[in-house]
Amino acid sequence: MTQNPLNSQNSDGPDTGSHASFDQQRTGMVYRIQHLLHTNPALVPLVVLVVSIAVFGMLLGSKFFSPFALTLILQQVQIVGIIAAAQSLIILTAGIDLSVGAIMVLSSVVMGQFTFRYGLPAEISIFFGLVCGALCGMISGLLVSRLKLPPFIVTLGMWQIVLATNFLYSANQTIRAHDIEEIAPLLQFFGYKISIGNAVFTVGVLFMIALVFVLGYALKYTAWGRHVYAVGDDIEAAKLSGVKTERVLLSVYMLSGLICGFAGWALIGRIGSVSPTAGQLANIESITAVVIGGISLFGGRGSIIGSLFGALIVGVFTLGLRLLGADAQWTYLLIGVLIIAAVAVDQWIRKASV
Amino acid sequence: MKLIHTALTALVVSPLLMGLAYADDHKPSACLITKTDTNPFFVKMREGAEAMSTEMGMDFKSFAGRLDGDHQTQVQAIETCIADGADGILLTASDTSAIVSAVEQAREAGLLVIALDTPLDPIGAADATFATDNFRAGELIGAWAAAQLGDEAANAHIGMLNINVSQPTVGVLRNQGFLTGFGIDTGDVNRWGDETDPRISGQDLSNGNEEGGRDGMENLLLMDPMINVVYTINEPAAAGAYQALKAIGREDDVLIVSVDGSCTGIADIRDGVIGATAQQYPLLMASKGMEAIYHWAQEGKKPMTTPGKAFFDTGVSLVTDSPAKGVESISVKKGMDLCWG
Repeated sequence: MTQNPLNSQNSDGPDTGSHASFDQQRTGMVYRIQHLLHTNPALVPLVVLVVSIAVFGMLLGSKFFSPFALTLILQQVQIVGIIAAAQSLIILTAGIDLSVGAIMVLSSVVMGQFTFRYGLPAEISIFFGLVCGALCGMISGLLVSRLKLPPFIVTLGMWQIVLATNFLYSANQTIRAHDIEEIAPLLQFFGYKISIGNAVFTVGVLFMIALVFVLGYALKYTAWGRHVYAVGDDIEAAKLSGVKTERVLLSVYMLSGLICGFAGWALIGRIGSVSPTAGQLANIESITAVVIGGISLFGGRGSIIGSLFGALIVGVFTLGLRLLGADAQWTYLLIGVLIIAAVAVDQWIRKASV
Repeated sequence: MKLIHTALTALVVSPLLMGLAYADDHKPSACLITKTDTNPFFVKMREGAEAMSTEMGMDFKSFAGRLDGDHQTQVQAIETCIADGADGILLTASDTSAIVSAVEQAREAGLLVIALDTPLDPIGAADATFATDNFRAGELIGAWAAAQLGDEAANAHIGMLNINVSQPTVGVLRNQGFLTGFGIDTGDVNRWGDETDPRISGQDLSNGNEEGGRDGMENLLLMDPMINVVYTINEPAAAGAYQALKAIGREDDVLIVSVDGSCTGIADIRDGVIGATAQQYPLLMASKGMEAIYHWAQEGKKPMTTPGKAFFDTGVSLVTDSPAKGVESISVKKGMDLCWG
């Protein structure tokens, strides 16, 4: 019996002929875990999240482990969570967006100023605010996809441009929560609360969760989603396979800009007022959430639900350490450790054969 | 050819003649270097300084850091001003001790350096300091809050929302001033967090903005849901704290006090968001600073300090519509007339 090298090692084995498959060359617990994490990238942040909630719950008792406190964490991370969803899309395409916070603030300022300076109804202002966000995203997208400029540089420039536009247009003027409540309460829509017993959810929190799941579904089960991953993984191969990479990149940046526009609307709901100096650290915080959430900075791998877990992990640590009375610097230190650990785990998972 | 020669000579000589003409006419020139140019407090300061420069016929240049804490940009601005031949510098320092070496350089070059709003560390590193007495500002709102509570002040639950983790002088002075005014032992008056009075339910950071105010207030409420007095470092933090209280329906049960006196903040007092605020006067700081540089350039005269203090006190007033006995205050209407921003 001649040995057909294309068959499995065991020449007496069954002839599988139906489709190509790889043999699991190595076995053992470590490699099985590696393989599991490779196929379910959101598992690591989920485990870290559950463990950290459990640990803080044990240390703090019902002060932390109550529906009120846990839903409070959701409220405190809702803005970063929404922006992290936008950032995830960009990072999945092997890019990065430093302008997300600036786009959020500019959108919120547009919504506020259009209502108060020009007297437009809140619905129209909100629409223009969202359009503004999408427009900023489109500019970045065109520069990245058509002119092939590096996303880091493009969004670095856009960050400065959009932020300066924000300050010039708003004239540093804050629009007070009291005035917004009286004249255009729709601007604070994302702050409306829905209470179930002691658990308090805001519209912003529900939007954040819904957004992540909708995007997760789109990324996993639609052609567009597959193309996003393909572009991030290897743009040349994607192009050669017939993926319209320029359109995919443009769509990702525009969608990200639109999501930042919604984040701007949610920001008004959270702080009550329209403040041009808000969201200064949103870009760094969103990148932190995305990285801790297990999305690879090299693109093409990771689950957007991971970024939600990443944002929640930061929120849990911040609140938990606060309640324990620790110096705020410990939170920053631990977040730094988490970021490096997350990237290290990501590198290790990449070594899995399939 | 001769025409071209003549024209060229005229072109070269005329600036020299112009230079000679202006040589006697040296306008005093001033530099304003603020922490940022996005905080309305510093925007108002700049506008005040600019207006004063036009009125007094001075040259004026302004510089600012990119964000609160951007020390490098301020050092470069000082160097630029020295090279530019400015007569004086008005400075709100991001890093009050690290900037001292650059300030010394400027003073050695003959510039008058005046610290505005934030004293340098040590305070004598600048030729003069024009500032609000931040400790007094805190004392006023602390005394007011205690008077409002009356006997209940002995059982108060106090939440403190400070600025940021590095404990800058302005934050420490207002915080410790509030506690002193309220009647609480401050322990080490040079930092917050070491107090042992059980009435302090907790201290958190706000970064001086609405988002931080909301986050910080929520954290404090988790530590003690029955907080009934909140000290805030400035009015944006107070506005954020109010939103957090409103979210749990306790906005009418809690007394919020603040410092600043911006028009937005005074409007918040009128609308019942903030109970009382200590108003400060950035326009006065800027205009007095410009005057001082003018006199230094023309006469070599240095500015005076307020008697009994190491700095020139630009004044602070308690603004509230519920005056408390024993604590001097002005009405919201007057506060609106004097407000900035």
